[in-house]
Amino acid sequence: MISSLAYTVIDSRTLLRRNLRRLRRYPSMTLILIGMPIVFLLLFVYVFGGQLGHGLSNPLAGGHAGRDGYLNYVTPGILLMTIAATVQGTAIVVAMDMTGGIIDRFRTMAIARAAVLTGHVLASLIQTLASIAIVLGVAIALGFRPTADPLDWLAAIGLLALFAFALIWLATALGLAAKSVETASNTPMILTLLPFLSSSFVPTTTMPEGLRQFAAYQPFTPVTETLRGLLTGTHIGPHAIVAIAWSVGIAAASYLWARRLYNQRQPR
Amino acid sequence: MSAAREPAIRVSGLSKSFGQTTVLDDVDLTVAEGTVFALLGPNGAGKTTIVRILSTLIPADTGEVQVAGHDVASHPDGVRSVIGVTGQFAAVDELMTGEENLRLMADLHHLGRVMGAARIAELLDRFELVDAARRPVSTYSGGMHRRLDLAMTLVGSPQVIFLDEPTTGLDPRSRRTMWGSIRDLVSDGVTILLTTQYLDEADHLADRIAVLDRGRIVAEGSPEELKRRIPGGHVRLRFATPEALLAAADLFEGGSRDDEKLVIQVPGDGGVASLRRLLDRLDDAEVEVEHLSIHTPDLDDVFFAVTGRPVAQKASA
Repeated sequence: MISSLAYTVIDSRTLLRRNLRRLRRYPSMTLILIGMPIVFLLLFVYVFGGQLGHGLSNPLAGGHAGRDGYLNYVTPGILLMTIAATVQGTAIVVAMDMTGGIIDRFRTMAIARAAVLTGHVLASLIQTLASIAIVLGVAIALGFRPTADPLDWLAAIGLLALFAFALIWLATALGLAAKSVETASNTPMILTLLPFLSSSFVPTTTMPEGLRQFAAYQPFTPVTETLRGLLTGTHIGPHAIVAIAWSVGIAAASYLWARRLYNQRQPR
Repeated sequence: MSAAREPAIRVSGLSKSFGQTTVLDDVDLTVAEGTVFALLGPNGAGKTTIVRILSTLIPADTGEVQVAGHDVASHPDGVRSVIGVTGQFAAVDELMTGEENLRLMADLHHLGRVMGAARIAELLDRFELVDAARRPVSTYSGGMHRRLDLAMTLVGSPQVIFLDEPTTGLDPRSRRTMWGSIRDLVSDGVTILLTTQYLDEADHLADRIAVLDRGRIVAEGSPEELKRRIPGGHVRLRFATPEALLAAADLFEGGSRDDEKLVIQVPGDGGVASLRRLLDRLDDAEVEVEHLSIHTPDLDDVFFAVTGRPVAQKASA
């Protein structure tokens, strides 16, 4: 007799395979989603970077000056923007599933309850980490020079995965809450705006009163600062614990919300 | 319990409202194992709502619902493990091929590699999808969609199958094919509950029919019992002259006469034997008929017969 936990794992893996296959069949969406952070990386480094780099203190720029310094400063934020962009895809595919007939088929089958959403979240996590690797590769090709040792890299990957996990659950809930695929593709766009209102592109100390407080206390800033510290050796301080707390909090709240929406869902 | 077997579906006192709208009002149903039961009714009668409650998609407000001995409210996973559902909307993955869709079902039923592959091959063959197996479902025709949908429902060898308007929107040929597939299922011994708007479909497939009107069952019986209650089946005779009409009116006293149109409607099912008798009587009396047409009873007739009013179309099911 196989336990129900084993069935949850087996069914989640089956649905993970299905979702990865769907992503491969529909590559244009992934490409468009990765394209956005790459365009912003090029824009900010080559258009604004020369000027912005001069305003950065030497440690923040990873010991480089001007454009190269700004590339070092902005890359961690661009990686987080990659997460924010990719989870739009999560909301879209979840909404596509929920507005199609197949979800009602799943719900009339004796599938482990958690497997449908877990399958989506794991597929998105793999998609997001692959997207991050591609964007990081572009940054390195442009001259990004991380100073991280293997342990730092491990921690950085862990942080990216944790934050991605949190935003993916949030996007899953948004996808479930959306009445249509169009709404689902729009609501998570606010997430791609948040990196601009954080320390991802410029230090929060340069921002006006009000915006500065918002930027200092929203989740993207501590996550950016922690990631920047791990990759380029800037000071992390209490940001690490705040970043983890935000990630765990968003993941837990979004998971509960998503589960509630899924269980209460009315067939169309 | 010895001889008397549990019915496959037992519903008593089922009611359901959405907001202020009562969709189902005190519905009772019993479906014997290995039989086909048809829920016949127009759009908006509550057919789909019954299927959704019986297949655990939505909860009932009141009433008891048991499928294969499992209570829908307290033991939904027990119900899910023995049922298969083919709804009105294609429950297939458009981005995958037909074979991949079936594979997904086989994996979710934990059939294992060897058994799963055998079952998939069998179903592809049975539903004439072998040639299309490796093509994305988005390239399939409407009939192929439905066949794949039904094949996916059968992967887990369900004991009880719900078919919600299985042929709505299909062309006549695909409809015939679907009927054939459904009849094959019955010979496998499964129990089927299907919903339909077509009397001929219920007549062709079902052992018992329940007529659903605005959330209530207004008639139930075998197709024969129901059709006997329908006055709508008749043969319509049109004559060239009033004299011929009068002569015919003497022959068929039960018929209804329309002097203006020179028409008599004679009750009858339009069967070959009764038609021959009818023509023989006209020949014997040397009455010339200008035109003859057979009107077979349809849902409108059933509906009118049991509710006393015509079918009122609503927006959706």
